[in-house]
Amino acid sequence: MKTIIECKDLSASYDGMKVLNSLSFSLNEGDYMCILGENGSGKSTLVKCLLGIKQLDGGKITMCDGLSQKDIGYLPQHTNLQNGFPATVSEVVISGCLGRRGFRPFYSSDEKKIAKAAMERLGIADLAKRSCRELSGGQQQRMLLARAMCAAKKLLLLDEPVNGLDPAAQEEMYSLIQELNRKDGMTVIMVSHDVVRAVDCSNRILCLCSNDHSFFGTPEEYLNSHLGSKFLGESK
Amino acid sequence: MNDNIRLMFTPEFFGSILLPALIGGIAVTVCCSLLGVTLVLKRYSMIGDGLSHIGYGALSVAAVMNVAPLKLALPVVIIAAFILLRLSESSKMNGDSAIAFFSTTALAVGILVSSKAGLTNDVSHYMFGSILAMTKGDVILSVVLSVIVILAYVVLYNRIFSVTFDETFARATGVNAGIYNMIFAVLTAVTVVLGMMMMGALLISSLIVIPTLTSVRVCKSFRGVVLTSGAVSVVSFLAGMMISLLFNTAPGASIVIVNVVFFLIFSVVGRAMKR
Repeated sequence: MKTIIECKDLSASYDGMKVLNSLSFSLNEGDYMCILGENGSGKSTLVKCLLGIKQLDGGKITMCDGLSQKDIGYLPQHTNLQNGFPATVSEVVISGCLGRRGFRPFYSSDEKKIAKAAMERLGIADLAKRSCRELSGGQQQRMLLARAMCAAKKLLLLDEPVNGLDPAAQEEMYSLIQELNRKDGMTVIMVSHDVVRAVDCSNRILCLCSNDHSFFGTPEEYLNSHLGSKFLGESK
Repeated sequence: MNDNIRLMFTPEFFGSILLPALIGGIAVTVCCSLLGVTLVLKRYSMIGDGLSHIGYGALSVAAVMNVAPLKLALPVVIIAAFILLRLSESSKMNGDSAIAFFSTTALAVGILVSSKAGLTNDVSHYMFGSILAMTKGDVILSVVLSVIVILAYVVLYNRIFSVTFDETFARATGVNAGIYNMIFAVLTAVTVVLGMMMMGALLISSLIVIPTLTSVRVCKSFRGVVLTSGAVSVVSFLAGMMISLLFNTAPGASIVIVNVVFFLIFSVVGRAMKR
């Protein structure tokens, strides 16, 4: 198994407060890692560090195979800004190809093919010409996942992808992500609040804790750990 | 009314007053509508309004100090645009209250300075605009500006879309969103100052905001919104100028009213399309 991303001794702060303190973990190609942790434990800060849009205070993120942080397919947390935005599904999806383009101003036919393939893969090809404000929550998330796939070479980073979806759409989203992981060989990093689900579907758990005792390991190890029993106890 | 029509087609009036006004006006309206798309969709609508008031303050001070108005107003408004964009992004002070704070302060300074110096008449040009008094320099500057804005829009179109739609994602794909925000701040500032001289500080923000709001009623795609906003703003400008010449109404206000009429028509059409 090849390592795809390695994080060593990461520390970072948010608004002057230290939220990550010498955090280390590494992922192999094809891994599915869930990031758990309470609000304010540094999940979003870690996501921004992984994407390279936030400066680290210390430590190092190494990506293998000439991948760069630009090649991470990112699905941001749901925001209301996009509600009512006039854009068609295909306009949104192809904007995921922006990182591949360097300084060329327009998209090439290859990039259009990539976008089309991503839409077909996620079953939204028939919505391509629709405006994104007419979509249901589940369809919107699939559109944003398709955009992430346009940017992703091997790694998807999903920030609470099922937030705000109804149970059926949540289920659909989870199984879609699982398929991308198993069939398409995508490495997945997912921020989640759903501990039970995370333990169930992933093969790595990273649990951030505000008191510096973060956990990284397999779901089994997590269940047996102090943190895991605490979290699962709460959700029961 | 007949006199007005006859006057409009005398060569002197057409060549030396109307034509420059039309060229400069179209150039500035196109800039306003294009920049407006991003400002409105990013929820920065009030920035244009705030900048125009700050520009008014700067122009009044320039008039009193006997400095060329643009030389003082342009740098001041560009700096203000940077600060306002920054403030809107940071959470320390609410963006909209920051804009209200700065724009009313600048307005107060402008009025205070100009009334004290007895310049009320000169400066009221900037409050209500004087499109038929555009100088050759103004026209050239507006045309150059509009060429820059249109070129920037074409070349950077896909990046502008990404930064407008989802800035975090754009940053994650390696787009330097900060630079685009800066380019936007500068272009908006220049457009606002130029637009202010023809439309007046009170009306310039409507040129920025209304065309986008209008096209959003009907258009489904971002590209559609950009193109329709541009078209609507030019048509409104020409129609508004026509009305103002025929009926002797204030040009700026007439243009805004035509824009509002388009907005109402598009709203009805948009409703009907949803059914």
